[in-house]
Amino acid sequence: MAVALDAVVQLGQLLLVLALAPLLTGYVRRVKARLLRRQGPPLIQPYRDLYRLLRKEVVLAHTASWVFRVAPYLIFATTWVAAALVPTFASGLVFSYAADMIAIVALLGSARFMLALAALDVGTSFGGIGSSREMMIASLAEPAMLMVVFTLSLLAGSTQLSSIAAFMQGPGIGLRVSLALALVGLIMVAIAENARIPVDNPTTHLELTMVHEAMILEYSGRHLALIEAASHLKLLLYLSVVACVFVPLGIAASGQGPTAYLAALAVYVAKLAAGGFLLAVFETAIAKMRVFRVSDFLGAALMLGFLATLLLFVSRVA
Amino acid sequence: MALEALLWCAAALLGTSVAAVAAARHRAASAPVYGVALCASAAAMLVAGRSLVTAGPLASALLLPVGLPWLGAHFRLDALAAFFLLVVNLGGATASLYGLGYGRHEEAPARVLPFFPAFLAGMNLVVLADDAFTFLFTWEFMSLSSWALVMAHHRRPGNAVAGYIYLLMASFGTLALLLAFGLLAGPAGGYAFDAIRDSAPSASVSGTVLALALVGAGSKAGLVPLHVWLPLAHPAAPSHVSALMSGVMTKVAVYGFVRVVFDLLGEPSWWWGALVPFLGGVTAVMGVLYALMEHDLKRLLAYHTVENIGIIFIGLGLALAFQANDMQGAAALALTAALFHVFNHSVFKSLLFFGAGAVLMRTGERDMEHLGGLIHRMPYTAFAFLIGSAAISALPPFNGFVSEWLTFQAILLSPALPQWSLKFLVPAIGALLALSAALAAACFVKAFGVTFLGRPRSQVARDATETDAWSLAAMFVLVALCLVAGILPGYFIDALSPVTQALVGAHVPRQEERNWLMIVPIAESRSSYNGLMLFAFIALAALSATYVIHRWASAATRRSPPWDCGFPDASPLTQYTAGSFSQPIRKVFGSVVFRAREEVHIPAPGDARAARFHVSLRDVPWDVLYVPTASFVNFTARHLNKVQFLTIRAYLSLVFAALVVLLIVLAIWQ
Repeated sequence: MAVALDAVVQLGQLLLVLALAPLLTGYVRRVKARLLRRQGPPLIQPYRDLYRLLRKEVVLAHTASWVFRVAPYLIFATTWVAAALVPTFASGLVFSYAADMIAIVALLGSARFMLALAALDVGTSFGGIGSSREMMIASLAEPAMLMVVFTLSLLAGSTQLSSIAAFMQGPGIGLRVSLALALVGLIMVAIAENARIPVDNPTTHLELTMVHEAMILEYSGRHLALIEAASHLKLLLYLSVVACVFVPLGIAASGQGPTAYLAALAVYVAKLAAGGFLLAVFETAIAKMRVFRVSDFLGAALMLGFLATLLLFVSRVA
Repeated sequence: MALEALLWCAAALLGTSVAAVAAARHRAASAPVYGVALCASAAAMLVAGRSLVTAGPLASALLLPVGLPWLGAHFRLDALAAFFLLVVNLGGATASLYGLGYGRHEEAPARVLPFFPAFLAGMNLVVLADDAFTFLFTWEFMSLSSWALVMAHHRRPGNAVAGYIYLLMASFGTLALLLAFGLLAGPAGGYAFDAIRDSAPSASVSGTVLALALVGAGSKAGLVPLHVWLPLAHPAAPSHVSALMSGVMTKVAVYGFVRVVFDLLGEPSWWWGALVPFLGGVTAVMGVLYALMEHDLKRLLAYHTVENIGIIFIGLGLALAFQANDMQGAAALALTAALFHVFNHSVFKSLLFFGAGAVLMRTGERDMEHLGGLIHRMPYTAFAFLIGSAAISALPPFNGFVSEWLTFQAILLSPALPQWSLKFLVPAIGALLALSAALAAACFVKAFGVTFLGRPRSQVARDATETDAWSLAAMFVLVALCLVAGILPGYFIDALSPVTQALVGAHVPRQEERNWLMIVPIAESRSSYNGLMLFAFIALAALSATYVIHRWASAATRRSPPWDCGFPDASPLTQYTAGSFSQPIRKVFGSVVFRAREEVHIPAPGDARAARFHVSLRDVPWDVLYVPTASFVNFTARHLNKVQFLTIRAYLSLVFAALVVLLIVLAIWQ
């Protein structure tokens, strides 16, 4: 019975992240617009965009191979699976043991690998520029992320997100310098990975500055819809990771009743709203940096993650 | 029984090699030679695999009356040897299968066919050897037969230099191993491995032996800074031999290191566990950075071997660190990770070299800047190369990820180590490992993207055709293995447990008892991974997305010219190249590591000359270590040369002086 409920909750989470992700993006856009004193698009605009893209035909370059056509499905699938593996409102679900945090980072790596290849497939210079820059950013962001994972798992004695969340909820965690550094590092990585300002601008089509948009320039129709959905999911994933690790309040543990799950769901949505609001404020307050400053930005994230690990050995719990 | 069978397989390979000397002038000899090599390797692989998975102590020894008269030739098959024989013969069998197709186009069969089976036999015998003399003899035999294969096309530019440097480095490595075994055998000269195991060397002796083993095995495996010959020699050989040298022979070197350090040397000291992973971490990052700067497909792959050897040595070094502190369980995990990576790397590196060989055969081109768009011309090769690229970039659900994941799990056990230097060092090594994994993904996006995707950059790339069925068969066997080892890693980890049990006295928990084919290296609350479930989920999610979209949304597709922001350029030369792809990474890392400098010469307005762009890279280990050594040797040789042209009186007085010095030394000694 408990297993059946777990499976239902897991399936619910799988669908929940898919359903919520465009809303989160719409919400961030809306808040940003309001901060700029614009009216802004309605919250459901990303759903409308996806719907419209899905109904349009695909315009495919003559030089595109099967990699270009298969990549969107694989990118969407891997990102979706990765997002569903992060505990959102409930921890210790059946599938969460299939992959730990390292595997989730690596799954996102798989999605990026496919996207970078698809960008090179048509053989245009924009695809190449995006792909090359994305891999440069990833080559620093991924180790920085793993150093954050190291810090957390050395503290919690586990690389499982569920166990880390349970540890963070428990007593004896205290205030630690390491955790603060890891949080900053994680946020910097999340900003870079989601192509947000100041690393990349999700709304720009100014050729010389774009990274993510340059990679998907040749995509259209349902392929573009899938890639857009995947990037919505990725934003949700990173916010969920931050929420689950650093604000683990109100996550329902495995085996609690449906009411606990509903309450946890409400708390989760509130956490997303708060995270999205902070992201919008941050993005509005800061300017985009040059591409070759990104390496300094992410190098700092890597160093923060590394320092966080080292400080674990020398710091005391306050 | 199994040992005899394996020796017969090696004998069959040696016999083939002798027979091939006579027959190799005929092009038709290629098929039987590779056929016999395939059968012998496959048989040896099955025997070795069977001895590995059948439970129980399987060490069996045999003494043959060849070699040194008072020593004989000892051979022994234990779990470690069985595992490495499996790796060697898997590589040998697939390379022979590939050779059945690839070898038909060989321009100098007489220079390849006799040495190929000899090389395979040499690698088998190194792993089976059970005394120092047999080990060193077969090690040299393996080196020389592979050197002959490197020199197969000796008239091509660069190959003679590659062969020369390889020969130097191989002799240097063997010298180090010779000294290591000399120290191990002690003054009594017990050269059989059994005698060495029983002796207990002092701490200073075992430290020296470790250093010598690192130099000897490391120069063959490609540890930085002893890696310089790999990117020269591996690509110079025919492609199936490149696959063997990169995928398999480096593993025999790892075997040599494991045999000497884990088996023969006894108790490790803790500083070994700092030195070896440090070298491994530096090797991993340097290897992948070199690879990123490289445009030659086969050299890029050879540099990636350097990277993966680094990852393997990280695992081995962690095992030493844990073992020195009596943490057997953790040592078993680290060793399992390293050995699993040995297997995985041999699989995907062979696969990638086969792919590069197919491209080379069909286009005659190794330089990526002249390739492109091959996915349309060689779809099956492209698919196989793509899977190999994903596997080597440590992407789930393929096999490379699992072994790197296990290495990370071993690194996460490091806070339990008592030494502060190790506590601080090991997370840094974790950062290096993460960096090398991320850079490897960038490098293989470049390698696959520039070679196979985009538009063809030359006529040869435009005219390429798909490679033959034998080569494809060899590649697809390895593709299947990449996936199977990635989604069912539990069985592979279980197969390694007798090896770690024998070497460090523990093994990771049995994985086959887990539900759902999960792998759990320590405890479920700590970490777990389920490749099969991930694979099933990804497949399910992708298929359901496809179904939903094609059922309810639009499935219409129209072909058109590329959009490219409204300015598509007709010339394929405006595409991103390998050089431009790696430019951001060169700017970030290369300016420090390689002292990379970019020079742009733009002529003055009105000047019709073309603008030029030049990148200069410095190979720091080469400039700092090898060039001064070479000039020192030259200097000494030039001055010693004078001794050759003295008068008879001068020689007589030299002899007299030598005698006097000798007597004085003797007098002081007494």
